[in-house]
Amino acid sequence: MVFDKVKKLIVEQLGVEEEDITMEASFIDDLGADSLDIVELIMALEEEFGLEIPDNEAEKITTVSDVVEYIKSNT
Amino acid sequence: MIKSTKSVGIIGTGSFVPEKVLTNNDLEKLVDTSDEWILKRTGISERRVLDDDTPNYTMGIEAANRALEDAGLKAEDIDLIILSTEAPDYMSPSMACIIQGAIGAVNATAFDLNAACTGFIYSLSVAQQFIANGVYKHALVIGCEGLSKIVDWEDRNTCILFGDAAGAVVLGEVEEGYGILDSFLGSNGAEGMNITIPNLYVSEEEKEKRVNEKYNTLWMDGKEVFKFAVKAMSTATMHVLDNLNMDINELDFIFPHQANTRIIDGAIKKLGITDDKIHYIINKYGNISSASIPVAMDEAKREGKLKKDDKMVLVAFGGGLTWGSMAVKWFK
Repeated sequence: MVFDKVKKLIVEQLGVEEEDITMEASFIDDLGADSLDIVELIMALEEEFGLEIPDNEAEKITTVSDVVEYIKSNT
Repeated sequence: MIKSTKSVGIIGTGSFVPEKVLTNNDLEKLVDTSDEWILKRTGISERRVLDDDTPNYTMGIEAANRALEDAGLKAEDIDLIILSTEAPDYMSPSMACIIQGAIGAVNATAFDLNAACTGFIYSLSVAQQFIANGVYKHALVIGCEGLSKIVDWEDRNTCILFGDAAGAVVLGEVEEGYGILDSFLGSNGAEGMNITIPNLYVSEEEKEKRVNEKYNTLWMDGKEVFKFAVKAMSTATMHVLDNLNMDINELDFIFPHQANTRIIDGAIKKLGITDDKIHYIINKYGNISSASIPVAMDEAKREGKLKKDDKMVLVAFGGGLTWGSMAVKWFK
């Protein structure tokens, strides 16, 4: 399932607890990420799902559900 | 890669950093930033800066003389000087010629080479060809970067990153099987405007990128460069290793260009190696562009870390965009 895979990556990249990762969680406000954390997360997602996420799309990604939705509609 | 006729390796190293230290706390007084913010995002605690009225080439002279001494050579023994810089004191004469004159390398051909932070690897590779082909015997390769003079000290996105330093190596013929084993250089000018330092021409686009009306300053798209850097460092490292049929675990050291600790850590994670293979200098010097690899090598060597037969990869990325790598078996 996409959400589970994404959750695992977020735990690895941001060093947060799994239970804090809800669909609504904002990377910056709720999960304590900074701008570079998000770049690193995007790179990890690209690798995991074999994607190339363009910059203008990456900039719109602010919450966990943004990631899940993007992956669902692009894989 | 064209097979060399002679084995070429590093036979001397030298480096120089200015005495004056600028800490993150000092920067808090200049721009809206904090020690914690800088350290977390870059791994940098302090950097060295040269006085405004001291030319950048003075650092290169010191580094060059130390490398010559280490190699046991005199300035007259040098046939070729290639220097990499992003902050030349003059557009002409080249910094290489200025240093040639200052150290008395009367027999040398001297020129500058511009490949931004990758400039040291590019310069080494060019110098290697001359020696491998038997044209020259000894080359001095210098990275001399006084970046404090080209950053906008009111732009908190960039001024926190850079510092001043110079590093130099002497190249010469070495025993077969040692020295530079393979090298790889890459360029992609189509993405070049991600890191810019305008000189005579300043486009409207470049004016808009900068927070102040200081247009001849260094600007970069941090996020784009970060992604490019992590990928370029890992692919360039693998490129030379694959050519040599070498496993990454055979390496004793990796000397990466040190722009940001998180770029290095991202790249080594991708490569599947641990950070004990890196001699970190970024925490105390910041990003010193093409000087970072020779300064790190010189310090590692002077600390007694490098031994004959050690295998290492030097790898860098930078403006241009450019990137490159070199596999080396340590000779000294």
